Amino acid sequence: MTTAPTPVPTPAAADLGGGAGAPGTATPESRAASSAPRPARRSRGGSRAWLAALPLLLFFVVGFGLPTVAITIGAFTTSTDSPDGGGTFTTANLTDSLQGAYWTALFGSIKLSLLTALIGTVVGLPLAQAVLTSRFRMFREAVLSGSGVLANFGGVPLAFMFVATLGNSGEVTQKLGLTKHGWNLYTFSGLSVVYLYFLVPLMILTITPALEGLRVQWREAASNNGATVLQYWRHVALPVLLPSLLGGFVLLFGASFAAYATAEAMVGSSVPLISMQIGDALSGNVLVGQGNLALALGLDMIVVACLVMAIYLPLQRRSAKWLA
Amino acid sequence: MASLISKIRFGRGLVLLVCGVYFAVPMAASVIFSIDDSKGGTTFRAYTDLLNAPGFMDSLTLSLELAGVTVAVLLLLLVPALLAARLGAPKLRPVIEVICSLPLVVPVVALTTGIVGVLRWGPDYLSDTPLFQTIVAIQDPSFPIVLVIAYVLMALPFAYRALDAGLRGVDVVTLVEAARNCGAGWARAVFTVVLPNLRSALLNAAVLTVALVLGEFTTASILGFAPFSVWISSNGKSDGQMSVAVSILSLLIVWVVLLLMSAVGRGRKSARS
Repeated sequence: MTTAPTPVPTPAAADLGGGAGAPGTATPESRAASSAPRPARRSRGGSRAWLAALPLLLFFVVGFGLPTVAITIGAFTTSTDSPDGGGTFTTANLTDSLQGAYWTALFGSIKLSLLTALIGTVVGLPLAQAVLTSRFRMFREAVLSGSGVLANFGGVPLAFMFVATLGNSGEVTQKLGLTKHGWNLYTFSGLSVVYLYFLVPLMILTITPALEGLRVQWREAASNNGATVLQYWRHVALPVLLPSLLGGFVLLFGASFAAYATAEAMVGSSVPLISMQIGDALSGNVLVGQGNLALALGLDMIVVACLVMAIYLPLQRRSAKWLA
Repeated sequence: MASLISKIRFGRGLVLLVCGVYFAVPMAASVIFSIDDSKGGTTFRAYTDLLNAPGFMDSLTLSLELAGVTVAVLLLLLVPALLAARLGAPKLRPVIEVICSLPLVVPVVALTTGIVGVLRWGPDYLSDTPLFQTIVAIQDPSFPIVLVIAYVLMALPFAYRALDAGLRGVDVVTLVEAARNCGAGWARAVFTVVLPNLRSALLNAAVLTVALVLGEFTTASILGFAPFSVWISSNGKSDGQMSVAVSILSLLIVWVVLLLMSAVGRGRKSARS
């Protein structure tokens, strides 16, 4: 279930999209015939076309624009429960949101996301390669469709599955007596293990097209020139894969940074994360006069997410060049 | 060289084995956990009692209603806009693309923060205006419209991708022109010619949206409503076994739905070729 939606469509979805295919593909003649009256109709139908899109545009302005405005205004003004009655310009919300427990939480979120994204990338690449070069076609397809499911499987169910497995009374914890060895699921490292359950499949989905884009000829050319397998990967494959790898890393970072449900259902606020703090602050769990602090925290989060996208988009464009 | 190859084979086997264990164990352990009666035997209580569990049916119904309304609103907004972009105004396309990508950039928690901010304007500034009644009305706990708005936004990128991929395979302009030349009106051309050709793309978008709505937790829990995922979470505090059982079921359902979708896609593809 998609609780931490990710920008990668599942293979099933991508497959179906392509499968919706073109029964209506026209023959050249009909194309030529239809192209003649088109310009005339377009100029007339242009305004009507915008009319058809109007509901979507209006919805977006209300549903997305208003909250964005609310965050921006709220983050820079005092809240109604403050002594001056609220509404005055201030940067106190933002500075408060970058201090003390909130700074720890933001830092904790970034640390967790970096760590899990790094492990996800390092594990996902060899795994994708191992799956892709497997001799069994069924196995390959099963792993890819499984990745599609797991990459979108976040949220509360994931938390409960891990509580049942590695929680204090979980099956594996009990059987192996892990608590004696200091294992505790409800910590930073426990949360990392859980996050990897959807991040590694996400990495496999992201990197597989890039791996498929590696031409056999490149490998053959390298080995004809006397390169070892290691040299091939070091000097040919990895440089080609680098934009996709970095793009995947950034994507994983974003997914892990934005995740809320899993952590909330599993650890509550015992691991300091920015998303948990926002949830807390929104339920009114802040000092008097700090009613708008949650909005400032939200703004912090959007800024980080925008930075992530600013890195991801150019990288994706670059990797698309190789895969064309 | 031969030893190197066997080393690579071995390495690959090891990688697959370790990862296979990591991904299989939580599923297996959850199944065992959900049927363990803590005396060494097995019981299917968690599954059989499910329908009678307090709040289960209510929350599931609410989630399904939300999912249905979200799909309807989403398709009603998106399909006309996408068709218009193809048929009449190519300049619309980049606009729609940006609109449908922006919700991905903003984390759901942050979006929820903004929604809470807007809802607070109600009592703070608008209490004397009719808008206040609107803000109260969309927060009706029996059917929170505000959640539908949030879910439509969250589902926009996925639905857009699915529909756009479908539209890419259909020459809408030619189809509509052919239908119009045969004397069909606009509505008839769209409903009897274009939409049937987009059937699988529409289905795809709808299924992704339903999966998203059924699993969504963040917004609903922060805003204080109680659809299905929130019920799983709160019920887990009193009856962990049942919540684990529900989690397994939801994973299975997602899996089956996605398999069916890819099977349908493949079936259509092979039927054509």
